[in-house]
Amino acid sequence: MNASADRVPRLLALIPYLQAHPDIEISSAAGDFGISADELREDLNLLWMCGLPGHGPGDLIDLSFDDDDHVAVTFDAGMSRPLRLTTHEAVALIVALRTLAATPGLIEQEAVSRALAKIEDAAGAQAQAAAAVTVAVDGQDARLAILRRALRAAQAVRLTYYSAGRDARTERTVDPMRLLLVDGHWYLEAWCRRAEGVRMFRLDRIEELGQLDEASRPPRDVAPRDISGGLFLPSPEDIEVRLRLLPWARWVADYYPCQSVAEDGDGLLVTLRSTETTWVRRLVAGLGGAAQVLDPPALAAAIAQEARQALAAYDTPAAGTAMA
Amino acid sequence: MNLVICLLATRHYLTAEQIRRAVPGYEADDGTDRAKEAFKRMFERDKAELREIGVPLQTGRTSAFDDEDGYRIARDAYELPPISLAADEAAAVGLAVRLWHSAALAGAAEGALHKLRAAGVSLDEHAAVPLEPRLDSGEPAFGVCFAAAADRRELRFDYRRPDGSEPTPRRIHPWGVVARRGRWYVAGHDLGREAPRAFRLSRFAGRPKAVGPAGAFERPEDLDLVAMVASVTPASEVTARIRVRAGAAEGLRRAGKASADDPDLIEVPLSDLQALADRVTSFGVDAFVEEPAALREAVIRRLSRLAAMSQAPAEENS
Repeated sequence: MNASADRVPRLLALIPYLQAHPDIEISSAAGDFGISADELREDLNLLWMCGLPGHGPGDLIDLSFDDDDHVAVTFDAGMSRPLRLTTHEAVALIVALRTLAATPGLIEQEAVSRALAKIEDAAGAQAQAAAAVTVAVDGQDARLAILRRALRAAQAVRLTYYSAGRDARTERTVDPMRLLLVDGHWYLEAWCRRAEGVRMFRLDRIEELGQLDEASRPPRDVAPRDISGGLFLPSPEDIEVRLRLLPWARWVADYYPCQSVAEDGDGLLVTLRSTETTWVRRLVAGLGGAAQVLDPPALAAAIAQEARQALAAYDTPAAGTAMA
Repeated sequence: MNLVICLLATRHYLTAEQIRRAVPGYEADDGTDRAKEAFKRMFERDKAELREIGVPLQTGRTSAFDDEDGYRIARDAYELPPISLAADEAAAVGLAVRLWHSAALAGAAEGALHKLRAAGVSLDEHAAVPLEPRLDSGEPAFGVCFAAAADRRELRFDYRRPDGSEPTPRRIHPWGVVARRGRWYVAGHDLGREAPRAFRLSRFAGRPKAVGPAGAFERPEDLDLVAMVASVTPASEVTARIRVRAGAAEGLRRAGKASADDPDLIEVPLSDLQALADRVTSFGVDAFVEEPAALREAVIRRLSRLAAMSQAPAEENS
């Protein structure tokens, strides 16, 4: 038991894994466990020294290797089955499957239900803890079904889209690339023929959607974006804005990707980048004073100026009608 | 590893001393207190580690003549029951494990995957349709809250109210964590207020802490986490009327509907006054609140703060 904490569960799973995959190549076994071939060899060397009490030649785990780096178990010392799922493992699988089950239009619902029943069965008592996590995903069944069909058939779609950043509605023809579910919202990543670039479309902002009888043809050199750093990536044309967030606007740093975040008393100093000045203006105005623009000063001035104009409307009794 | 093999192989309970002799790696008994202490410490650490990763260690005595408790692992409690998945079921599981990205849940899903593969299930993580689902964001409090709810331990944290007042300490029995509209909440029984409450994770100040033993409370049977969180924003009976400039403020038009005789007078159901005030303010000169008065005042307060934000540069520009 001189192995590190995350190594022991892997060692326990390895013998039954190798038995279930006789004569597997070391590199592909390592791939299944997310480790390097050398790390796997070290694990195997350690397992070789483990076995039943007595630890004589007939008691130890025995493995056989062939010349092509394939490995097989010849004696398992009683380790023929993997350990049960832990509570956290059961919760992670079951909640994810329930979420898929609650999202029609994505994959075959019937297969999800069958898989869910089997996993719940295998998890036994641990399955109850899954009640502790619930994910409500926005229902977008109809749009998901259309887009899934378009992706399968590699066909273009036509859509009417409301862009919150520019507060405008546009019609576009796009070549779908993939569907994403991020923080409860569905997105379509697609090549937009109008913008001639890859764009993200949030499904609940797609107002009309139709599959076209026309092949999808995103340019060959365009790849889906790596979203591990967040959904929206900064681009060189972005404007950079420095904000001071008062305590009750701290959430802004959680919801929008920031270039930098620093503590400022109870609040935060953040740097945001955006392609749309309109979007930043609307964000700051919508925070109603809980965020102050430090830079650029012209943006701060513009927001304050507009606020004064808007205030003036409330001073004039007939303002409402005058505006229309 | 040897300890697990040894305890799985025995049907009798083995005492600590028997284990010490059977399992290599433990300090041999040379009669000194130092060796005895070293073994005890190591054995305790190993037991804790095994329990941590979910190995069901049993303690008990094989017969009434035994004078101390021993240990064993019951094979049927240890082993994952047989499971086989059809190709389409395996595809569903393969997609399910990709939903998690936070360290807490992605790690757990990965562990489950290893065990399923070890049980002979073949899992292909490549879906037929290009999909990139992701349920959990980088909410730093998530891991602790999830673990506390799954293990049923008391949770303590400092919570900021949206009005900007000082954070206050809270103690809850977390019934569960729930994601709704892209936001994560923890819902449970608030021990200080003696009532069910839901808390948004992004309003936590600092890190939450789980305290006390696992299994400290029972979850209500008819628990509906989504409903608990939804009740934070009750449905509305009041309608706000907002005048918008022709051709502008699409976002507000989408939130409500135009009045019958005026396409630029938008009627929006008023559920959360502060949230609607934020939204109206964000459209600046393009939106004007006709009624109710409370919403008007909330917007005017916001506009006044914004107007004061930058006096000097504004004068420079004019």
